[in-house]
Amino acid sequence: MSARDNILGRLRRAPAGSSAPLPDLAPWRASRPQMADAAAGIARFRANMEAAHAEVHDVTSDDWPDRLATLAAAKGVHTLLFGADTRHGVQLAARRPTGMQLVPYDRSADLWRDQLFDGIDASITAATSAIADTGGLVLWPDAHETRLMSLVPPIHFVLLDAARIHADLHAAMSAERWATRMPTNVVVISGPSKTADIQQTLAYGAHGPRELIVLLCHASGVQR
Amino acid sequence: MSQPIHFHAAEDFAVRSRAAAGDPDLRRNFRGAMDFLQAKRRAQFPDAGELNLLRDLGAAIRRHALANLPDLLEQLESRLVANGVVVHWAETPAEANAVVLDIARRSGARRFVKGKSMVSEEVGLNHALEAAGIEALETDMGEYIVQLAGEAPSHIIMPAIHKTRQQIGELFAARLPGVAYTDNVDALIQIGREVLRRKFAEADIGISGVNFAVAETGTLFLVENEGNGRMCTTVPRIHIAITGIEKVVAKLEHVAALNSLLPRSATGQAVETYQNFISGSRKADELDGPDEVHLILLDNGRSQAYADLQLRATLQCIRCGACMNHCPVYARIGGHAYGTTYPGPIGAIISPHMLGLDATYPLAFASTLCGACVEVCPVRIPITDILIRLRNEAQARPGSSDASLRGSGAARTALASAIWRGWAQVYSRLRLYRLTSWFMSRGRALSPIDQGAWTRCRTPLIPAAKRLRDLIRERRP
Repeated sequence: MSARDNILGRLRRAPAGSSAPLPDLAPWRASRPQMADAAAGIARFRANMEAAHAEVHDVTSDDWPDRLATLAAAKGVHTLLFGADTRHGVQLAARRPTGMQLVPYDRSADLWRDQLFDGIDASITAATSAIADTGGLVLWPDAHETRLMSLVPPIHFVLLDAARIHADLHAAMSAERWATRMPTNVVVISGPSKTADIQQTLAYGAHGPRELIVLLCHASGVQR
Repeated sequence: MSQPIHFHAAEDFAVRSRAAAGDPDLRRNFRGAMDFLQAKRRAQFPDAGELNLLRDLGAAIRRHALANLPDLLEQLESRLVANGVVVHWAETPAEANAVVLDIARRSGARRFVKGKSMVSEEVGLNHALEAAGIEALETDMGEYIVQLAGEAPSHIIMPAIHKTRQQIGELFAARLPGVAYTDNVDALIQIGREVLRRKFAEADIGISGVNFAVAETGTLFLVENEGNGRMCTTVPRIHIAITGIEKVVAKLEHVAALNSLLPRSATGQAVETYQNFISGSRKADELDGPDEVHLILLDNGRSQAYADLQLRATLQCIRCGACMNHCPVYARIGGHAYGTTYPGPIGAIISPHMLGLDATYPLAFASTLCGACVEVCPVRIPITDILIRLRNEAQARPGSSDASLRGSGAARTALASAIWRGWAQVYSRLRLYRLTSWFMSRGRALSPIDQGAWTRCRTPLIPAAKRLRDLIRERRP
């Protein structure tokens, strides 16, 4: 008998107990405050992200590469990691930002771990959507925009389409049908890395990025 | 290097708890931390209606998962395997450690980094790795501090809660080459960051726990604030997750509901910095993430709790730590006095299944049954009912139907059993009762003044000069 058989055998031999139906999430969902409109969702998202020590900047789908270059320069960023095959990566590369080297994440992490950890000042990734209620950016890493891009560089810029803000995590996973298409990794990021492990005193920049900067992208012409 | 957790003989609990209660530094650290965490939690749940609705839902989700546990575990396994994850089953801590050591040997791995995992503490993984000559570095700041000090965590969420920043500054200065004393928290965290950053880049294997495992999608859900958990599960070539068999839930959306309770109950934060969903190993075209992902499903006595419908509720736990944050006993003696991996009220009710009731029954008595833990439990575990049940189990006659656990009856003594046998005789025979009560009342002057624990803060118990039956007789006309 294997450990698996023994464990499952013990569980199956246990008394059944009273029936436990699949939980009904409807009363909880109905009790959640609704977002009045998109603007309310954006405001709530912004307030929560800023409360978690992230910066939020309004940009448009045209001007964000310039805004990124300005912000990065102000923070002393010399090397910026990006996904060269993504649409926004192509857009960024086409602007040829000055004073900053764009480093494409184009090979397996194992081949350049040291440079990734020590030779990169910042990164830019997109968020696929965001969460207003608790403040959170949904990242859906893939072959073109990888997992470590949002973790290893000390500064992380995130490009977010302002039209893709959901009320809460449950709303995001339902609307985007996560359960039918989970990739290798999804991460929801709610601020720069932090810890309160020393005497409950909050400190930022524990192991992940020290700074999280959201470029909140409004369609051109409707910037608030 | 961290110490394995040895559960000392049961009577040690009295010694350790008395020492802890008499340590003013420790008392101050815990009191301060508990007040802080209680206030933070309260602020997260301003609406009692919402809280109760969420607790009902949390309890329903966990009860549903437990009611379907074997099916959900099999579903989880098949989804994970389809996603390229290797699933291992372990009945005991030794089996779990052997799985990890096998993976290390096969891959030639020497350097481990560990994210926060209470189950790895439960199985004594660090000690097993150390014995095999492998360095396993804790990377959660609190766990790192505790490991550097050669201690065990004193709280399941905040491992170094018993230490002040001055103590941590002294520890870093003493143990880390080239580090000068500072008690500035930001500086201390940056010191930890720099030391550990190098270790992440060099590590061969990353170890993590699991907050919830989703059967529907084969997803391991992990939460954290620091980013070390993501490092451990993304940078090394191999990721090994270890968890108890009870951590499974049926649906992905159940995670959204439960994680609305977990961080708010635990640390009083609305959400953790990172909610990490891992559903497989690196795919052919992906440029990072581990090539190998392993999940170890550990029993270690959980199936004993599962076999009893009352004790099964113990397994609803989502390890938030709210019960200990609100426990008047835990606040006064801290986590180390319990001597178990899991301290506080949840430790008192889960540890007997892992270590035997004979080794752990004093913990069930280390409670005032005030019910603060029950009031805050986000998944409505009836902790006090279970504590009373364990007290009864500890006194149960071995072989009787009341003794159903490993170590039941351990608290019985020959003297107490003889006294109760005598008591039963007296109270079930009328003439014997009359005779005994006559001697008790007439011989009251012989009552001992020192009645042990009772008289430490109470006046001695002395039988009345006249029995009830005497008083009634006098009243009759």
